[in-house]
Amino acid sequence: MSGSGHPTDPGYHDRPPGADELVGHETSATIPAYLVGLGLATLLTIASFVVARTTLVWQPSIPVALVVLAIAQMGVHLVFFIHITTGPDNTNNVMALAFGVLIVLLILAGSLWIMTNMNRNMANMHQSMPMEMPIRQ
Amino acid sequence: MSGAQATGNDYPLAHTADHAAAELLTKRIIVGFGFWIFLLSDIIMFSAFFAAYAVLVNQTAGGPSGRDLFHLPYVALETAFLLLSSFTCGFASIGAWKRSDLWFHTAMAATFVLGAAFLALEVHEFADMIAQGAGPTRSAFLSGFFSLVGCHGLHVTLGLLWLLTMMAQVYAKGYRPDIMRRLLCFNLFWHALDIIWVGVFTVVYLMGDWQ
Repeated sequence: MSGSGHPTDPGYHDRPPGADELVGHETSATIPAYLVGLGLATLLTIASFVVARTTLVWQPSIPVALVVLAIAQMGVHLVFFIHITTGPDNTNNVMALAFGVLIVLLILAGSLWIMTNMNRNMANMHQSMPMEMPIRQ
Repeated sequence: MSGAQATGNDYPLAHTADHAAAELLTKRIIVGFGFWIFLLSDIIMFSAFFAAYAVLVNQTAGGPSGRDLFHLPYVALETAFLLLSSFTCGFASIGAWKRSDLWFHTAMAATFVLGAAFLALEVHEFADMIAQGAGPTRSAFLSGFFSLVGCHGLHVTLGLLWLLTMMAQVYAKGYRPDIMRRLLCFNLFWHALDIIWVGVFTVVYLMGDWQ
């Protein structure tokens, strides 16, 4: 990696994206950013706990609201605490995050989908054990 | 990666000092990326625990459900401790960038105290549930609960050990570039634990209370 100071030097392109742009301002972490993050996270947490107990809204909508609030708070943590940005030094981090989110969604949605389906289709298996399997309820 | 980036003519790397700085930044970006990959794989592992819990949440085998066991004010206190510890952990990283020993060590100590308080509350909650006969062997729901929340608690425990290690390393070796990179990784780890806790208190406690 030595002697790679100029774009035409061999080895220059071993640098990750963003390494040049960041010289002089090494960290994007500032006190105001952390304060904003803490404020937003606190608000979203309080909202979650209030929504979970409220009787003001249609009850089946509550889990949806809780999921939305949780995703919003995870976003706040990613931006203000973990400092995921749109800057060039973060390109690879964002790509990895996108892939991670895809896998997490596949695991969660896939498990819930399959297991809910099986629970529904096999709900009365043990009551009518030797009988023929119910094809679809 | 070729071509497009090489067209700039006013590169800051012409000077040796800038060059050295860019080398360090190169390392920092790569180390951060590598640790980020680890954190994402850890999060994927947690998603499997979450999926197992969500699938088993109604299999209480005639035992207590989440609604009978969880106390939301208690969980809110745990959440507050962990969120504040994430904040003080970020503060510690700023202190390290500013090379302020007092700032860094105070913020790290505050992070440790808040993290340990969270852990103490969780251990107390677990002990309380087991004493009520609602241990991990009682039902599939409780097995899923103790695996998921216990795995997070184990991560917090390891994080606390790492935190003490980092305080000792900074004390003994100062703010060397390699120590700063370790601090960056520790920061990412601690913040990631808080992100997972957001999932835990939403999916386990709030939804369990709602059901």
